[in-house]
Amino acid sequence: MSSVASAKQTTLEKVLHEARAEKRAALIGYIPAGFPTIEGCKAAIDVLVDSGFDAVEIGYPYSDPVMDGPIIQEAADIALRNGVKAKDVFSMLSHTTSRGAAGVVMTYWNPIEQYGATRFAEAISAAGGSGVITPDLSFEQAQPWKTSAESAGINTIFVVAPSTTDERLQKVASITSGFIYAASLMGVTGTRTAISNSAQELVTRIRKLSDLPIAVGLGVSTPEQAREVATYADGVIIGSALIKELLAGDLDSGLAKLRSLAQSLVAATKSAERL
Amino acid sequence: MTATLDTGLFGPYGGRYVPEALIAALDELAQMHQAIKSDQEFAAELNHLHKTYSGRPSILTEAHRFADYCGGARLLLKREDLNHTGSHKINNVLGQALMTKRMGKKRVIAETGAGQHGVASATAAALLGLECVVYMGEEDTKRQALNVARMRLLGATVVPVTAGSRTLKDAINEAMRDWVTNVESTHYILGTVAGPHPFPVMVRDFHRIIGDEARAQVLELTGALPTAVLACVGGGSNAIGIFYPFIEDLGVRLIGLEAGGDGLETGRHASAISGGRPGVLHGARSYMLQDEDGQTVESHSISAGLDYPGVGPEHAHLHDIGRAEYWPITDKEAMEAFSLLCRTEGIIPAIETAHALAGAMKLGKELGPDATLLINLSGRGDKDVQTAADYFGMV
Repeated sequence: MSSVASAKQTTLEKVLHEARAEKRAALIGYIPAGFPTIEGCKAAIDVLVDSGFDAVEIGYPYSDPVMDGPIIQEAADIALRNGVKAKDVFSMLSHTTSRGAAGVVMTYWNPIEQYGATRFAEAISAAGGSGVITPDLSFEQAQPWKTSAESAGINTIFVVAPSTTDERLQKVASITSGFIYAASLMGVTGTRTAISNSAQELVTRIRKLSDLPIAVGLGVSTPEQAREVATYADGVIIGSALIKELLAGDLDSGLAKLRSLAQSLVAATKSAERL
Repeated sequence: MTATLDTGLFGPYGGRYVPEALIAALDELAQMHQAIKSDQEFAAELNHLHKTYSGRPSILTEAHRFADYCGGARLLLKREDLNHTGSHKINNVLGQALMTKRMGKKRVIAETGAGQHGVASATAAALLGLECVVYMGEEDTKRQALNVARMRLLGATVVPVTAGSRTLKDAINEAMRDWVTNVESTHYILGTVAGPHPFPVMVRDFHRIIGDEARAQVLELTGALPTAVLACVGGGSNAIGIFYPFIEDLGVRLIGLEAGGDGLETGRHASAISGGRPGVLHGARSYMLQDEDGQTVESHSISAGLDYPGVGPEHAHLHDIGRAEYWPITDKEAMEAFSLLCRTEGIIPAIETAHALAGAMKLGKELGPDATLLINLSGRGDKDVQTAADYFGMV
């Protein structure tokens, strides 16, 4: 992280800075807005925050989620069938930040474009949100969003992949703030049995080019995997594994399973020996 | 008119809105697309396949009897339906399959709606010894069961997609997920002029042979350029293929016929330009059907091949600058034209293509006998016999 602490740091930047000072990786959880229901989503956010997650990504459920595997697709479908709209995304974000955790929104680009980039960035800021992760906004198309987000004082978080060249890593890093989202593997979101070697290789390559914190996501599902990633990354992102706990059975038992997984993930991340 | 080479923008449309994991593959593809343009060996190889395999050049047929229903205008049909596999789709597929071999990849994936692009992809894969997986919405596998069997006979794996609306848009989502995961070994043969750069320019360049041939054929036959060129538009590949060589001929009207379904006013249609607004879908900005939040809205059309909520970015640009017009044609109008062509010319067109014929009936009545209308007869209707028989109550 940059040694120059900005006067206008976002909560996300503060949280990542603190985690680094404590020599641990930050833990970031993903949940689609309005999944499994509006109230259920708030309760799930509470579970994550109470368990010690540093930040929560509120997913904007979208009709054509090309970067998502079956678990998040199903959760997004459920949320959309529940009638989730932009205002619900902002209210879930508000709920997160009111609980003291850093909150960001992860969304495909079209909902931002239709809402209006400037208006969207201002709504994120008004909800106390720290930034937006835009997984399908390519560098070449990103400048208008960057301008809107900067004026609203929020972070622009971009995703890079193992196939991203060094030259392009540098470009993407130049428009990124908050953290760089490193996709652990070539593929879509979902649980995996092992963390790909490509994750650590990618983090190593980014380190040589940027001082930004790096969080690793895609396919990180178990406490063991979180501990492994936490040895070399500044942030560990868990999505599908959390959602899976809420997909089957009733809400109360889902939340209980979620709490148990969340607590193990927090403990595992804290116990990682930093490389 | 052509897109900028580095970003693939057509005015405010096109570009790349994709996961970063795909950028390297798209860059590789864009570079190869540039390279093959001046590569005579590639051109010779593709031309050889056109001549000896798919049956090019396709002929021009004058439709004298159908013309009676089109205000007496002179009607010229560009017979892409006579190509091997029964539609224009083979032009693009052969080009991309040859590129796949050059990239050293062994596996191709494709999406399909009506099944024509899937059949063409399975065909090219069989010919060139590539593994082929075709994603098809479950709904479409039922509507187009015969084409599913054709693909399987050709050795392809057909994967029914059960996500979302279970149609073409969801098949594209699934193909993109496969591609993100297997991009090192796999080429995605996108079947239309949509998607991220370089697909819209590359697919257009493989289809412009339709317009290049037709322009020369019309000039030879009539001694003049046509009054108008008409083609159906789903994603817009056959339309851009026949339009493109006429773009600089400003006196020639270019008219794309979109699927109007039950009518624009009902909301049940697939007319992205006539009834949608700009947004981002499947990696590019263009017109699309969406709700106020930018969620894609399901399209409706009797024609599986036009049943898509988006349209290629170059069409969006041609529309905005006023170079091309886009009209909606309802299911009913298309089926009337379908039936008429069968009975007056002995040609069973694809229902997709029938939308272009219905457009010719409207335009011909407006312009009268002095007009010459060139219509892209993009595909044959064998695959639609069941749908048509049901529609007309013949079985």
